Amino acid sequence: MTPPSEYLIELRNVGKHFGGVVALADVSLHIKQGEIYGLIGPNGAGKTTLFNVVTGLYQLDSGAFDFAGKRYTHCKPHLLAQAGIARTFQNIRLFANMSALENIMVGRHLRTHTGIWGALTRHAAARAEERATVQRARELLDYVGIDRAHQTLAKHLSYGEQRRLEIARALATEPKLLALDEPAAGMNATETVALKALLQKIRASGITVLLIEHDVKLIMGLCDRVAVLDYGKKIAEGVPEEVRRDKAVIAAYLGGEVA
Amino acid sequence: MKINLNSKLFNAPIAIALLALPFIIDALFGHGWVRITDFALLYIMLALGLNIVVGYAGLLDLGYIAFFAVGAYTYALLGSPQFGLHWPMVVTLPLGALIACGFGVLLGAPTLKLRGDYLAIVTLGFGEIIRIFLNNLNAPVNITNGPQGISAIDPLQIGSFSFGNSYEWMGMRVDDVHLHYYLFLAFTLLVIFVSRRLEDSRIGRAWVAIREDEVAASAMGVNTRNIKLLAFAMGATFGGISGGLFAGFQGFVSPESFSLMESIMVLCMVVLGGMGNVGGVVLGGVILVALPELFRNAAGPVQQALLGKVVVDPESLRMLMFGLALILVMLWRPAGLWPSTQRRREFDADDGVLQQEQETVYDASK
Repeated sequence: MTPPSEYLIELRNVGKHFGGVVALADVSLHIKQGEIYGLIGPNGAGKTTLFNVVTGLYQLDSGAFDFAGKRYTHCKPHLLAQAGIARTFQNIRLFANMSALENIMVGRHLRTHTGIWGALTRHAAARAEERATVQRARELLDYVGIDRAHQTLAKHLSYGEQRRLEIARALATEPKLLALDEPAAGMNATETVALKALLQKIRASGITVLLIEHDVKLIMGLCDRVAVLDYGKKIAEGVPEEVRRDKAVIAAYLGGEVA
Repeated sequence: MKINLNSKLFNAPIAIALLALPFIIDALFGHGWVRITDFALLYIMLALGLNIVVGYAGLLDLGYIAFFAVGAYTYALLGSPQFGLHWPMVVTLPLGALIACGFGVLLGAPTLKLRGDYLAIVTLGFGEIIRIFLNNLNAPVNITNGPQGISAIDPLQIGSFSFGNSYEWMGMRVDDVHLHYYLFLAFTLLVIFVSRRLEDSRIGRAWVAIREDEVAASAMGVNTRNIKLLAFAMGATFGGISGGLFAGFQGFVSPESFSLMESIMVLCMVVLGGMGNVGGVVLGGVILVALPELFRNAAGPVQQALLGKVVVDPESLRMLMFGLALILVMLWRPAGLWPSTQRRREFDADDGVLQQEQETVYDASK
């Protein structure tokens, strides 16, 4: 048995239902510090539900959820962000009418402290913090490769750029775990290659990545381990090569009977 | 890009114009219009307070006038023969603001999970509750004097200097309406300053983020509960200050002054002028106070001259024209007369098409 400290995030027997619909049933996941962990499965398998549980948007009905050695089973989203979980959304939820730079500056909210008094007086510390916030936001735009677009409104960016901006905004919160919900959706082949490189760069900087993706090639080429969900249950877990050959996985994707 | 309006607001020509304004108005239009200007300043303060809640944080509040009422009654109860108390303005005004702020949090807290239409309905209810309380708190113990209201309220006074008197300085007569103008102008400038500073800060960005997408804001670590309560509290504080000044200026308050119609008027100033933009809100306040007055004065004589008699009562015609003006503005300038750059983009027609196109692309990619 491995010591628990090896895992950054542990889900134990997690269950979530909406009325009579079981979205997650008895799912257990353990994600190690520093790995890229993929989550795949057919549409409606419960991947996004799992994300929403991990980021506090949904409260789970049963089971337990630990992050970095602490229990976060019932916790508000902003406290989970504080603890070090940042996410992007499947259907891009940027602050559409704010500039790219401002979007990232909102991501810095959590790690900055200027309150009403600081905003009104603009004392030295408040000004220094504001400068640092802008500076960090510029760095992050540069990091994800859209620095030239810093004054552009989020909604005027191209699809790939919006996805990147969402990642930059999430990184601004200084996460330990970055949860990405279908980051390659809507991207062309070139953009997907660039995204892959970006994710590898993020992992190299010490951030653990949890990834939902439909692009199987991307998942297989990128992830250290993969879990497969189907109808709210985990049907397989392991290194990509193993999972790809798993009979239950093939059945789930092709709709055949499990032999 | 943020333009720093603070420095521009205090440049010399504008400062001189603002200082000379009451005398110019007095000379051109007469005393009554200086009084109207004073009211315009009170409304501008109210509108700027509501702008924080509606314009920045995007929380539709239809009961905002309640905070105006709380400020006004605090001042009135502590400075009138009602309880025989005559506390000085330097105490009652901040106290009124503080109590209004408390009410802001109190009324904001239960509505935190509500959005849009539901929030509007609940805040509307709260506004009415305050008014009805004020109307009925004359029995069994007479606190507010019920529908009769409170009269003979102490004038605004600092030390022995009363804003309710006329003074003669170097041969120049300065009347009470002029003095009130300067007092209200000082407070309005303060409120503008606070609004601008907050807008361009960590707090202001969090407000806008909540307006844009509350779920994303909370996932990015914004404590949406506290930040929303802060918006309610700040807005209510401005309302409380304005209310206290109103009570001292008017010398009389009654629940009638705090009806739903007043809340809607203030909201109209914000929407018509340009939600989220301080300049636009000020413009909205000026227009919505001045135009109806102009109309009231002009509608009678104009009808008399054209038709030989007054056909339509100027008062009802006033509301009719007001409605028409609102419709026209919403048709041609849906983001308001002077919108914030951000809001203008939101209402940009091309953007709507762009948005739709992107959504289609996204759906197709799934």
